[in-house]
Amino acid sequence: MKKIISGNEAIALSFEDSGGVFASGYPGTPSTETLEEVARLGNVYCEWAPNEKVGLESAIGASLAGGRSLATMKHVGVNVAADALMTLTYTGVNAGLILMAADDPGMHSSQNEQDSRNYAKFAKIPMLDPADSQEAYDFVRAGFEISEQFDTPVMLRTTTRISHAKGIVEPKGKIEPKVGAWEKNVPKYVMLPNFGKIKHVTVEERLLKLQEFAETSPLNRVEMGDTDLGIVTSGISYQHVKEAFPAASILKLGLVHPLPEKKIREFAGKVKRLMVVEEMDAIFEEQIRAMGIPVHIGKDRISLCGEVSADIVRAAAGAPITAAATAPVENLPQRPPTFCPGCAHRGLYSILSKLKVYVSGDIGCYTLGALPPLSAMHTCICMGASISAAHGMAKVNEIAGRAEKPVAVIGDSTFFHSGITGLLSMAYNNGSALVIIMDNRTTGMTGGQENPGSGQILQGEPAKQVNMVDLVKVLGIDNVVEINSYNLEETEAAIRKGLETPGPYVLVDRNPCILRYRVKKPLYAVDQDKCTGCRACLKASCVALGLTSSGEKPKVGIDPNICNGCGVCAQLCKFDAMSEA
Amino acid sequence: MNVFNIVIAGVGGQGVLMASKVLAESALASGMDVKQNEVHGMAQRGGSVISFVRIGDKVYSPVVMPGSADILISFEPLEALRYVHYLKPGGMLVYNKGTINPSTVASGLATYPADVEEQISRACGGAHGIDALAIAQQAGNAKAVNMVMVGSVLKKLPIDAQVVEGVVSALSKDKGVEVNLKALRGGGAAA
Repeated sequence: MKKIISGNEAIALSFEDSGGVFASGYPGTPSTETLEEVARLGNVYCEWAPNEKVGLESAIGASLAGGRSLATMKHVGVNVAADALMTLTYTGVNAGLILMAADDPGMHSSQNEQDSRNYAKFAKIPMLDPADSQEAYDFVRAGFEISEQFDTPVMLRTTTRISHAKGIVEPKGKIEPKVGAWEKNVPKYVMLPNFGKIKHVTVEERLLKLQEFAETSPLNRVEMGDTDLGIVTSGISYQHVKEAFPAASILKLGLVHPLPEKKIREFAGKVKRLMVVEEMDAIFEEQIRAMGIPVHIGKDRISLCGEVSADIVRAAAGAPITAAATAPVENLPQRPPTFCPGCAHRGLYSILSKLKVYVSGDIGCYTLGALPPLSAMHTCICMGASISAAHGMAKVNEIAGRAEKPVAVIGDSTFFHSGITGLLSMAYNNGSALVIIMDNRTTGMTGGQENPGSGQILQGEPAKQVNMVDLVKVLGIDNVVEINSYNLEETEAAIRKGLETPGPYVLVDRNPCILRYRVKKPLYAVDQDKCTGCRACLKASCVALGLTSSGEKPKVGIDPNICNGCGVCAQLCKFDAMSEA
Repeated sequence: MNVFNIVIAGVGGQGVLMASKVLAESALASGMDVKQNEVHGMAQRGGSVISFVRIGDKVYSPVVMPGSADILISFEPLEALRYVHYLKPGGMLVYNKGTINPSTVASGLATYPADVEEQISRACGGAHGIDALAIAQQAGNAKAVNMVMVGSVLKKLPIDAQVVEGVVSALSKDKGVEVNLKALRGGGAAA
């Protein structure tokens, strides 16, 4: 039966329909819903790993034990898993293995815009690039076949508009999962240098075979039309090309690494002008030019940054773009995402903002603390970097004779992902920073996924719950204090003590995510007679607060439909104007 | 049929995604091709949300280009203004008159435009504002604003209203069926 589902849902459904046995991964936009959907469908084993490297390694083990396996992650997650990937390419697989990498061109919810196609080249493995939900479904099945036929991991690459866009999917027949033999094969699976040298040759030979396969595979399709313009494209860019030039000749690549050189040469020979349309890096264009084939329109006209659109394709080829009925309205107030009303991060950040300390940040909802009016985060690089970077800062501050102690802020899921090793280093190397772990027991920014601190697994069933304080202590940290960031006075005192005490100092805030755990407390209201309009409360950046009057010193009110009763604004009020309603 | 482009705008948490799902499922049930797309991730935390539903014989891109929307449905006036340039010449705009402060306004960094409705009228002559919250409350649930907004454009869609009602019933739980259908019809009456 036809369904309308997202690319992520299609991948999950096809994984189940294509004999999948084991799936693992770490949440990350836009990949997250894939594993959630495998769990919801409920017929194949799946789990959240603490990070992408563990997820891929577990999928490797599953493949070696004979089960078709899937590892899911966002593009930057591949960096974490890359250590495993770069040698997995040597060992190959037993049962089929697919690594799903979800790219985020346009950075809708990411810290960078890296193009995962580089990884397929780097690891010398095949990569599939679906153009809609149906292809996402079809390419999982094709991916397992290629993986097993060529003894290679396969990367399935999506972008945000493939992962999240919904389209019509017609599922194919179901393949019953079969678990193959679990065999010992030392030269194949133990990458000592002597075995690795042999396997490297295999990798290069495999790539040549895959190139031959790419020449004839229906995954790469020619749609001949008007021969004035011929366009080489793949993935979501194909859809933009079809919108812009429905009559043009198109070479649509589904297998985007390795490229079918003969097919491209033949196509280029039939068209007057060759155009390459690809989001982000010039991966196709560089390779096509290296083949000695002239590219008439490419990255000289289409930016390396951001998403491609139908109008960008039109403009690049010199065609008129969509005529606007009205120009965009300028100077509107921005509506950026912010901490939810009642979020435990708000109190903490209002204190960090007040104390004007240097905050080494990390990836999660709490990264929003960098935005005004809180403006209390000064670096954010990657998962786990808050603690390691703070350690480096503290060492240089010590060398420079600067007394200020850096503060690292990290969430529980990010701490489990890759913060633990940073803290271990800080303890081991006699570091000195204040580390605040916002232990809200969920992976908040991606929508509230379970993690080793939740006490639940992906399917919601009970699980071992790691004790954060014990974990921190065992790493060699002597000073670990639990705080309640809804109490500003106590939290400020704890932060001050942590800053004054030499050596590593860890604060753990154990308030749960109000969105994930649906926390609802008695609401607050403002006594309009007591409110002086000083706006001290507005520094908490809560959307439940708003001005109730106009004029010179407008007063503040609380919207009862939005307030979650955290009481942070009331503690910021110097005039006792706010209290429980 | 050429492709019919619908843009739905609002604030994270208002139910833009469910409204989009209703329209997309209705198109599928009507035997049409459809693509639906919104960007989520950070949107849940009170950010601006925009969603596209494209319906037709054959739909390629899931993205609506600025200047090509047949209908813009906005759940909030400021968001109507933010995305009004998505309308094609002669495109239709229906918006919910209830305002929600962005965090920039709540924290005193910006001011909510007092003349937001006048600005909307200037940008789109035939724009129509409705009090979706009141209609949703009358239907029995303030959260049914999204169904009111879908109902408000139903007559203009290339989809049969009966099909939409069937999809809403199928997607709603127990008591929600009656409330959502009431909200849908209430929106239709207010259009």
